[in-house]
Amino acid sequence: MTVEELAVRRVTGTGVAIRGNDVDTDQILPARFLKEVSFDKMGEYVFYDARRDATGALNDHPFNRRQGASIVIVNKNFGSGSSREHAPQGLMRWGIEAVIGESFAEIFSDNCTALGMPAVTADQATVEQLQSFAEEQPEAGMELDVERARVVTPEGEVAVQIDPAAQEALTEGIWDTTAIMHANLPETEQLAAGLPYTDR
Amino acid sequence: MRRVRSMSERTLYDKVWARHKVTDLPTGEDQLFIGLHLMHEVTSPQAFGMLRERGLEVAFPDRTFATTDHIVPTEPAARERPLADAKAETMLQALEENVEANEITFYGLGSEFQGITHVIAPELGLSQPGMTVACGDSHTATHGAFGAIGIGIGTSQIRDVLATGCVATEKQRVRQVEVTGELGPGVYAKDIILQIIRTLGVDGGVGHVYEYAGTAIEALDMEGRLAVCNMSIEGGARAGYINPDATTYDYLEGRPFVPEGAAFDALVEDWETLRSDADAVYDDTVTIEADGLAPQVTWGINPGQVVAIDEAVPAPAEIDDATARTAAEKAIDHMAVTPGESMEGYPVDVAFIGTCTNGRLSDFREAAAILDGASVAPDMWAVAVPGSEQVRAACEAEGIDEIFLDAGFEWRQAGCSMCIAMNEDALGPGEVCASSSNRNFIGRQGDKAGRTVLMSPAMVAAAAVAGELVDVRGHPGVRR
Repeated sequence: MTVEELAVRRVTGTGVAIRGNDVDTDQILPARFLKEVSFDKMGEYVFYDARRDATGALNDHPFNRRQGASIVIVNKNFGSGSSREHAPQGLMRWGIEAVIGESFAEIFSDNCTALGMPAVTADQATVEQLQSFAEEQPEAGMELDVERARVVTPEGEVAVQIDPAAQEALTEGIWDTTAIMHANLPETEQLAAGLPYTDR
Repeated sequence: MRRVRSMSERTLYDKVWARHKVTDLPTGEDQLFIGLHLMHEVTSPQAFGMLRERGLEVAFPDRTFATTDHIVPTEPAARERPLADAKAETMLQALEENVEANEITFYGLGSEFQGITHVIAPELGLSQPGMTVACGDSHTATHGAFGAIGIGIGTSQIRDVLATGCVATEKQRVRQVEVTGELGPGVYAKDIILQIIRTLGVDGGVGHVYEYAGTAIEALDMEGRLAVCNMSIEGGARAGYINPDATTYDYLEGRPFVPEGAAFDALVEDWETLRSDADAVYDDTVTIEADGLAPQVTWGINPGQVVAIDEAVPAPAEIDDATARTAAEKAIDHMAVTPGESMEGYPVDVAFIGTCTNGRLSDFREAAAILDGASVAPDMWAVAVPGSEQVRAACEAEGIDEIFLDAGFEWRQAGCSMCIAMNEDALGPGEVCASSSNRNFIGRQGDKAGRTVLMSPAMVAAAAVAGELVDVRGHPGVRR
């Protein structure tokens, strides 16, 4: 794919709110579903336990009611815990294309960027306002404008924060860094050879 | 705008980063060389798949080491191949094929060096001061105990490390966490890190690496330092490290992957230059007091919901922030704990000692000293899982396995086991586990109605005997 095809400048769709701080990756994608050698089925497993009651029947979890949403709005420290990329992979394969939250665990936001999925932050009041909007007007659309770092709804627009490197990577379509870094292999080999611990 | 630091004001983090930075990437990130890549069966197969799709090869197979830990059975008879769990067998075979095809050193089932990645790399001498270490596992911060920078990565980044030897990443702020004073008897490294996470919060470290320093940290042996650095991620920090010193060098000398003689002396000389400068500039400094610190236990469903064993569980009504209050209410409901009362006397059904946090020889020694001559409470399911086959062998050479078995514990082989419950070892509905592991998230140890209380191995041993949480201080078996 070309960088133009990979570029993520805006995400448009409807929102879904997942409320609560510290939603960890064990909740997003329970460990027992990690026993697969591909990510293909992760969309089925996302929030698996949270979406079911004690009898195993589907409950009223937002992900049961809002299939088709493409922007998930979360609170503080979303994606904490395990480094499993299965968590953002599951969200993405369920249909999520962007995450807006008060804050994210480091590895989770890195994993999002590595998948070309914007993870942007906003203050608590802004996030709660967007969550309420998504809950109260589920059919109304919203747009995350990555270039301008804004979220636009029919009610107006609010500013969000995005890490400058992630913003550059997404909007320029260079978030997949393998090829770029691979081109630097000669320099990398030279650096590696000069390290004290490689010289044995 | 960050001030440019002069050569004499640098932290270990600054120095290690500078050594490993290949170049600036167009995104503004740094391309950072990874000197040690550790691999296990759960997060690697997809990365090898991506590599094949792109026709790329493993760039630095000699800097890559693999083992199997997450899904392996820990009961000796269940480790026969093929594994009874077909999905686990498939994952194991995928790893075996990938390491063979790519000439990666592999310590698989049956190897005397098999074990949890973060236990075997230190004991083999693979983790050394001044390295960058990456693994598709969030507990990679463990290796920071040597004065290395260990980072957990996702599968796409594993692909990058395999193909290029590098990750695209940004430098973080450095917070010095100074732990002053001295631990009392019955209080351990685990209690220090639980206290740090409680104080700074589970997201307090976001955007930071933690440099652990101070008299209480310097006094820890390497295994204690590994336990502290291991749980950096539970505090939200991307990495955590301790400046190397004589304790570090003494531990490393003579280990399989550590050079001997003059080559070792030369490395030590280099390692000495890596320590943070006396006038190093930190983004901030936090002080934690070890004097008078009591054994710490979790009361909730994240590793920051911590109290001292003799301290009351907080009341949600006293929490101002609505989201935090709701979280506390959910935790109290899940754990069935009583605000205003301490965790002493909280009934326990399962005792689990092991993991990359507390599955090392000293952990089993401390627990054995509590268990010696005692028996676990009636109906207690007590499981001891050495972090590596080397740890198991060392314990067995000292007769520690016999003490555990006589007390009514099961004595297993190495793996992650009930820390993540991806093998047969799992909590049932409603069961309470006194655990030496690192996460008390809902469902983490098995059934989503299971409950986890995190604590030191000695505290787990005491709880196993009493059938409820007790204060291990004053127990005649406490060694230190």
